[in-house]
Order: sequence, then C-alpha cells, then structure tokens
Amino acid sequence: MPKVRTQDLIEKFQLELISGAEGVHRPITTSDLSRPGIEMAGYFAYYPAERIQLLGKTELSFFEKLNPREKKIRMEKLCTDITPGIIVSRGLDVPQELIEASERHSVPVMRSTMKTTRLSSRLTNFLESKLAPTTAVHGVLVDVYGVGVLITGKSGVGKSETALELVKRGHRLVADDCVEIRQEDEGVLVGSAPELIEHLLEIRGLGIINMMTLFGAGAVRTHKRISLVVDLELWDPNKQYDRLGLEEEKVKIIDTEVTRLTIPVRPGRNLAVIIEVAAMNFRLKRMGVNAAEEFSARLTDAIEDGEHDYE
Amino acid sequence: MVEKQVKVLLKTGLQARPAALFVQEANRFSSDIYLEKDGKKVNAKSIMGLMSLAVSSGSDITLIADGPDEKEALEALAKYIQNEA
Repeated sequence: MPKVRTQDLIEKFQLELISGAEGVHRPITTSDLSRPGIEMAGYFAYYPAERIQLLGKTELSFFEKLNPREKKIRMEKLCTDITPGIIVSRGLDVPQELIEASERHSVPVMRSTMKTTRLSSRLTNFLESKLAPTTAVHGVLVDVYGVGVLITGKSGVGKSETALELVKRGHRLVADDCVEIRQEDEGVLVGSAPELIEHLLEIRGLGIINMMTLFGAGAVRTHKRISLVVDLELWDPNKQYDRLGLEEEKVKIIDTEVTRLTIPVRPGRNLAVIIEVAAMNFRLKRMGVNAAEEFSARLTDAIEDGEHDYE
Repeated sequence: MVEKQVKVLLKTGLQARPAALFVQEANRFSSDIYLEKDGKKVNAKSIMGLMSLAVSSGSDITLIADGPDEKEALEALAKYIQNEA
C-alpha cells in the first residue's frame, strides 16, 4: 500500500484540481520535487518523471514564448504514466496544452495560490515525513523531563507499570506496548502510538485504562523524539551490569544509533525513580557534565599524586 | 525460527476478548512470538500491540516464533485463529 497519493496533497495543501482527475490515486514514491524548466526547453534526457512537477512563473513565462507545435509536444512529454501530478503555483493560469495532455494521460494538474519556493519547501517537508522509513517496536514510550525514553524488555517485566508510575509523577505517556517509529531525518527518530491504542495503557490485573481521561490532557502526548532506550531485564546474577557509567552502549533503530541503558529489575528497586534519574543524567551529559568521567579523572589524579608521595 | 502464513477464520476476528485469549495462549510458551499483518509486526504476547493491528476475519497474517518451543507455539496459535467458532 503506497504511503502517499496525489489525493493526500490535494487535501493537505488545499490544491485546486484542474484536470486529470482520474489520476488522483497515483502513488508518490519520492520526496524529491522537479521544476521542469530545462524540459520545457526541449531536453528530456534526464526528465525525473516519477516526481511531483512544479510549474512556477519562470517555467510558465518561458513556455509562453514557445511556438504552438513545441508547446503541444513538450506538454505531451511532461505527462507520463508515472507522473504523480503537476502543480502550478501562484494561482497562475494553466496552459490549455497542459490540460489537454493531462486529460489524455490522466495526470492530475493542480493549482495552488502559494509562491513556488514556499510551496516547494512545504511539499518537501510533508513528503519527507510521510515517506520516512518506519518500524514498530515492542515497548513503552514516555516523555520524562523532556527526554523521550523508550522502555523495552520482555513481556511481563513491568514496562507498563513503570510507565504508570512515571505518569503519576507528572511525566507523559506517548505509547504503550507498541510504538511506531519514524526516522524523520538523519538521526531523528520520532515515536507515536498506533491510532487505535492511543492514550491507553494495559496493567495486569486492572486491564485497559485510559490515561487521558484518568490523569488529564497533561499526562499524554501524541509523539515524541526518542533520545534514550532503557532496557529492563530480570536480574541475572551471572551478568555484569554497568557500575561506572563511563561507557555508552548504543542500539540501532532503523539507521539511527540511540543510547541504551540496561537496567536489572529486582524487588526493591524503584524503576520509575531510576528512569527519572537516567533521563536527568542523560540531559546533564548532553549539557557537558559527566559525573562518571569527572570522578574517574579525579581518581586518576589522586592515584598519581599518591605515587609521587612514595617517590 | 519458524514462520507460518495463516488465514484468520475466527468469525469475530481478533476482537478484545479473543485477542486476550490469544495473548494468554502465546504467553504459555517461552519462545519469542510475533504476528505480522500488512508489513506491521507486533509481539504476540502483548495485547495492546495485537489489538492495534485490528485483525479481521478473513485477513492473512504471518506467525513467527523463535525459541525452544517454537514449533508447538506456532501450531497452537495457528489452531486458535483458524478455529471458526
């Protein structure tokens, strides 16, 4: 199933459909746009037909200078079987030759009142976010002090319970159990809940509860950038857990590396507090304060001083 | 790892109650079990994930299991959703 169709652009940008209505269900496969100026001049060798074509003042005023035969041929060549649509900006008049060619090939021709550059950047943004690579992970996403924390771990380890306590402490739930992740930009992962289970949380013994009606609109958010992954696992006595925090472990989601902390679960450990502190410490590190590294440097100094005393 | 394509014959599809039973069944096994529909893959042991797919009767899904009891798990779950009652 294609992620975006020409129809979506018409709705999103309130475009006026001029002709070629049969083609509004064509899929858009790339976020790149094309301004076919050089094609108007007759050079079609590298014509990117699969892109949305944008005609502005420059292209159309040049087109006006062509003779009637050229006009017909070039518009005919512009409308291919794979062209998802042609948009005329600035509310300019659509050339008759284009309307005829587009009807023949069912390529939707649309008009916007926006300026070309403005329209082009907004179209690119919209298409990039729609066409971004996506994945779904099993976990809970919570916004803790503004840090998007993705809590992962095996079923029944206590992810949802931890999220519940975090919400009680004033943090916000984004998604429970199933988090849809989009890589919107290089290194930017944004998580959201599948529509059907938005705001819901499942707690063993209670069932499904609605966090928004229970705790208010301030307890939920629709989406959040993921900065930190906290992996909960049952305490394994044979495993070494990080005692210093000098190393940062990374995990790869789509093409982006995110810092991951592995937190062992055992009775008596308050996970919500640990995650709160993890989020604060993460922020602190990003601001340039690294407690573990500072302490390690002091310890090294102290040891070196001690060595001098013995000399 | 084993995989199986199944058609959902359960008359109601995976509505809330049948989904809960499905998840309960999945949790009896220690293998990691996933269910995939239209390219979306969720953990079969998590009820919210499963319900977010809104699996209807007649849809095609893929069951994936990985672990020591993967074969039994796949068989039991496939049997459950192919039960027409």
